[in-house]
Amino acid sequence: MQANVGAVASTLAQEARAHRDARHDRLFSWVLKGCALLVLACLLGAAGATLWGGRHAFGTFGWHFLVSDTWDPSSDTYGALVPVYGTIATSLIALLIAVPVSFGIALYLSEVAPPWLRTPVASAIELLAGIPSIIYGMWGLFIFAPFFADHIKPWLTNYLGNKPDDGKLSWVAQHVPFVGKLFGSDYPFGASVLTAGMVLAVMIIPFISSVMREVFQTVPSRLKESAYALGSSTWEVVWDIVLPYTRSAVIGGIFLGLGRALGETMAVTFVLGNAMTLSASILDPGASIASTIANQFSEAAGLQKSTLMALAFLLFVVTFIVLLIARWMLRQLAHKEGR
Amino acid sequence: MLTSTKYLSRIGTTAVFAAASLFGMSAHATDITGAGSSFVYPVLSKWSANYAEKTGNKLNYQSVGSGAGVAQIKEGTIDFGATDAPVKAEDLAQYGLGQFPVVVGGIVPVVNIPGITAGQIKLDGATLADIFLGKITMWNDPKIAAMNAGVNLPAKKITVVHRSDGSGTSFNFTNYLSKVSPDWASKVKFGTAVEWPTGVGGKGNEGVSQYVKQINGSIGYVEYAYAVKNKISWVNLKNAAGQVVAPSAEAFAAAAATADWGSAKDFNVIMTNASGAQAWPITATTWVVMYKKPKNAEHTKVAFEFFKWALENGQKDAASLDYVALPDSLVKKIAAYWSTEYKH
Repeated sequence: MQANVGAVASTLAQEARAHRDARHDRLFSWVLKGCALLVLACLLGAAGATLWGGRHAFGTFGWHFLVSDTWDPSSDTYGALVPVYGTIATSLIALLIAVPVSFGIALYLSEVAPPWLRTPVASAIELLAGIPSIIYGMWGLFIFAPFFADHIKPWLTNYLGNKPDDGKLSWVAQHVPFVGKLFGSDYPFGASVLTAGMVLAVMIIPFISSVMREVFQTVPSRLKESAYALGSSTWEVVWDIVLPYTRSAVIGGIFLGLGRALGETMAVTFVLGNAMTLSASILDPGASIASTIANQFSEAAGLQKSTLMALAFLLFVVTFIVLLIARWMLRQLAHKEGR
Repeated sequence: MLTSTKYLSRIGTTAVFAAASLFGMSAHATDITGAGSSFVYPVLSKWSANYAEKTGNKLNYQSVGSGAGVAQIKEGTIDFGATDAPVKAEDLAQYGLGQFPVVVGGIVPVVNIPGITAGQIKLDGATLADIFLGKITMWNDPKIAAMNAGVNLPAKKITVVHRSDGSGTSFNFTNYLSKVSPDWASKVKFGTAVEWPTGVGGKGNEGVSQYVKQINGSIGYVEYAYAVKNKISWVNLKNAAGQVVAPSAEAFAAAAATADWGSAKDFNVIMTNASGAQAWPITATTWVVMYKKPKNAEHTKVAFEFFKWALENGQKDAASLDYVALPDSLVKKIAAYWSTEYKH
């Protein structure tokens, strides 16, 4: 009897505990759900607020807003083509430069560098990531843009562009389509789409390279050692073992950098030249979504303010499309590997 | 507990009074807040520092841009707004606001041409407009050369530098171009930001002066103080009276004195292209915008005292920052405007 009571009591206690645990679990999962939903709410809230703020502009210009390159505050007519193009062009240039360089940095640090060098270089990269963008902007305006105008731009316009200083077209400009247009410029100064792309590249290299370095270190050494044992060169090990193993994380890192490049404001405002004109040349000044907003927000009112809000919404859309493309690429890769 | 709090607060009050008497300040200091134009910010901060020393009343001024300043005064969140473009008569009437100018400054075209020093090049308004329209593209263009006999103008491309942000400086500059060039008036018009036909945009006066200094063969426009500080060569301009004038405090004052204030309601005059023989053609002012029936009577009273003091005693501070105080005739008009329009 006594034993029976004891057993019942302990069962009751167990049940109570199980109940309590279940309740706590539920509570915990609600808290977690709340955290996750908060992010979603912030995102939807921000996107919704910019869309709401920009409704006046979308309503006034309609689809024409996306394809028009006018930006005329005095007659209140606006188009988003120039800033959207500028945002995408500068970010793409930044990626074209930053991805190979970051790949090299990460490889060197994880595979090639002597151990005593790895920590200092890795911390230097992290320091670079911590520099505020206004400092990149000032460096770009005062130091890099003049250097670019004096040393890099003349070479590019003369050897690749369709408007060289001496009037003699180079072989490349004559024979390769588009290149001449891409590098032709009338302006003798350093602020341009290419300059902004290069400054952006310096800014996103730390992000991409530290992600790459982290994931390269996760590759099991037995895989690498087996490959080396079979006589592979370092490059072969990297290309055939390390990269396939870390592919999705590497792409994730690249898109993290791209996300930062798309939204970067201050540095781009300083070196992009802020000209609201569409030009095929990457040596001409342009404008990006973020720089346009930063430049014009303080004095904008009415339709212009609404247009800036609409631009902010477009930046959401552009970033979203970029993420979609990233997802799609990852899925394609997974398919390939599955075959 | 209650008594101890009271006791503490009494100690606190005594301490504050003690501190106030120690520094010779009035115990009834009132902080007034204003926001708007960045053009007027340097001189307002200097005035407010000196005024606080004298009276203990502090002025908080946020240099957020004219548009934002006007928006904030319309919402009634500040005691005064400051704007480089006058507020339209219907807006003033709708919100019960009044406005008056406080200080005058000049905007100068600046150039970077090798071998050309400040004031060596002369331009008239139409030529300046043609350069900013992209119609004149070379420094040795016959139109420029005709005005500058004896100056060695290089066969160099002109790069136009304009403001990338909306600004009162652009407002006054484009307003001048609209007055002197029918082409500009029909194609570009004027405003704090416009659709620039050519060139590169620098953010703020600093951005424009930086680009002009960097780019060989460039022309831009900045506030006079920036041109002096950054040692950039300015251009002399032919004014409405046909005289070639150099930018100077006297020339800005002459423009302020000869602008047509008499006929305008609420001082709604943009004083570019003023008629005086010595007037600098791109002279600008900043208007202070305040409620005619104050929402916060005490603050508004202090604000009035501040501006009265500034208009009467602020000339030296203004001059040290390359602004120009308003001419006496205009100060009298403002005083009359205050007594008829404002109730305080």
